[in-house]
Amino acid sequence: MSTATPVRPGTSPAAKLVSHVATARESGIVLALVLIIVVATLNNPTFLFSSDGFRDLLLTPSLLLLVAVGQAIVIITRNVDLSVGSVVGLTAYLTGRLFIDVPGLPLVVVFIAGIVVGGILGFVNGALVAYAKVPALVITLGTMYIYRGINVAWAGSNRVNASDLPGSFRDLGTGQVLGIPLLTILAVVVLIAAAWYLRNLRSGRELYAIGSDPAAAHLYGLKVNRRIIGAFVTSGALAGLAGVLYAARYGTVASNAGFGWELQAIGAAVIGGVAISGGVGTVWGAAIGAYLLLTINRALPILGIDDFWQRAVVGALILGAIVLDRVLAVRQSRKLTAERETGR
Amino acid sequence: MTSTTVDERARTYRAHARPFWRRAVLTREAAIIGILLLVIFVSLATVRNFDSPLTVTYLLRDIAPILLIALPMTLIIITEEIDLSVASIVGLSSVTVGVLTQAGWPFELAGLAAIVVGVVAGAVNGFLVTVVGLPSLAVTIGTLALFRGIAVGLLGTEAVTEFPETWTDLAKANIPGTPLPLIMIPFAVLAIVFAVLLHLTPFGRSLYAIGLNKEAAQFSGIDVGRTKFVLFVMSGAVSGFAGVYFTLLYSNARGENAMGMELQVIAAVLLGGVSIFGGRGALHGVVAGVLLIGTLGSALRLAGVTSDIINVITGLLLVLSVVSASLLAWLQGRRAAAAGKRKNARSVASTASV
Repeated sequence: MSTATPVRPGTSPAAKLVSHVATARESGIVLALVLIIVVATLNNPTFLFSSDGFRDLLLTPSLLLLVAVGQAIVIITRNVDLSVGSVVGLTAYLTGRLFIDVPGLPLVVVFIAGIVVGGILGFVNGALVAYAKVPALVITLGTMYIYRGINVAWAGSNRVNASDLPGSFRDLGTGQVLGIPLLTILAVVVLIAAAWYLRNLRSGRELYAIGSDPAAAHLYGLKVNRRIIGAFVTSGALAGLAGVLYAARYGTVASNAGFGWELQAIGAAVIGGVAISGGVGTVWGAAIGAYLLLTINRALPILGIDDFWQRAVVGALILGAIVLDRVLAVRQSRKLTAERETGR
Repeated sequence: MTSTTVDERARTYRAHARPFWRRAVLTREAAIIGILLLVIFVSLATVRNFDSPLTVTYLLRDIAPILLIALPMTLIIITEEIDLSVASIVGLSSVTVGVLTQAGWPFELAGLAAIVVGVVAGAVNGFLVTVVGLPSLAVTIGTLALFRGIAVGLLGTEAVTEFPETWTDLAKANIPGTPLPLIMIPFAVLAIVFAVLLHLTPFGRSLYAIGLNKEAAQFSGIDVGRTKFVLFVMSGAVSGFAGVYFTLLYSNARGENAMGMELQVIAAVLLGGVSIFGGRGALHGVVAGVLLIGTLGSALRLAGVTSDIINVITGLLLVLSVVSASLLAWLQGRRAAAAGKRKNARSVASTASV
């Protein structure tokens, strides 16, 4: 940057960065998240300034973050995956069973097993959606029942207890590096990888193209089916990873593990600015949405609101987010129209 | 309206190209009714106690809320929208009845208030979808959480279990001399009203037009926004009514009532042959779909199969029903293409010989 040539305001890289950050859809939710943390901490300093409070703040949403990232990738392709909650449950129980039935199994094998099984379950969804040309909502509604049913039939009233899991595995759920929980680090690494893939790789960009207009993407020669299956496999594999981590974090796994996570994950993505109609949004948004959702849950009791009202707040938040997106989109299209009119 | 009539004539023409028996028998609705009859016959023959009147009574009582809500849900899905918040409205209505009865309101008024709450909840959905212009999937995922949250927030972990006995007895009573529960009378009335509305009125036909092509429907003079708004209000009202019935049947008003029922309703509607893409479906298929899921579950329970296998079967039925539709369409397309090729080849051969 030479200082001699006068710089038009708003065109320097720094100014561009500032305006980009200020107008990014994700900034709004970051602001909301920070606001909640600040208000909750002012009411009760242990919310943030205690080792437990800080750890919980980072740790609790990490598992939902993984599922929400997968969900966001699927939603970007104009599909939806309702089966993720059941996949989390199934892989969490699988993890426990592996440790019980095959003592002395290395941790890596268990992780790989969880991810692969999750990926296969996701592949079933993706193949049905891509080749049968049936909306993902219907297919994954069906597989949600099927996977959960298999889980309940397998587990019955048995449950995996913390004492069944090896200590080294349980340590993963509680371990920290420099005060940051291991699970959070893992989740953030996955998040960065997914964000980089969606932003920089050709196949990542194709997901947006497919979500914006599937027919046009097909005519343009994109491998629509392969990309959609890939998105579902990713979502399933991440849910599988979350299932393994679920077992590590909570120790006890009953047959209802992960129940209702699909709606939380979709909620997190929608709050984070991923449009349900496809083609818009980032995994960053979905990740922050997941943090916002679960942090509100923890903050409400501190703010003196009965935690029975959590779900109502979550609902209001989802509605607020989509109304906001709508308003922004209308304003944007008006601006573009005006620019086109004056440009003539 | 002219463009829709032209549209319809074109479609009827193609449908009439096939013999009558094929048009009547080879439909999704007929297939579901056939499977339903098959399940009933097999269960009668193999499952003990399936033919007892008590089985019929309990089966119909339990699926009555799903039967009721499936009616407006069918109309909504035909217009290519969806309402995921119905079960939360059932819960909200149930809590409303509970709280108001506890506060000393006469039950009749409390029940009416609960239905009004349902109407308001439906109007909120309708407003966000039609006036603000948001996709109904996103809106009703939001209101699913919102309405359920209000219901749970109002009562917390409490449950109201005291209701006037005359009303709870009425909800559990049968039509005298039959094993059919009394709730089947309002259901039958509503089913006839909805069937006439959907299949025999301009309003109902306009739903198909909207589902097939929203823009074309708008240009042909259908008020798409108002129509959808009315549907969401109907859905809220029926869900509110189902909530009152649910509360009386189990003498229990809790925020968690009817959790997850929205997916059961939608699974049954789609199984009944309504296309999620809109524009296709009929009410008799939907009623058969709900009965099929209910009967199968009831028969399996009597045969000692646990409820998780029933979930697997529900899911499999749903996936198979939609995949088979795609498969049939693909096969028909191939057959038509093959026939076209043969005809072409013959005409080429005949011209060559001349």
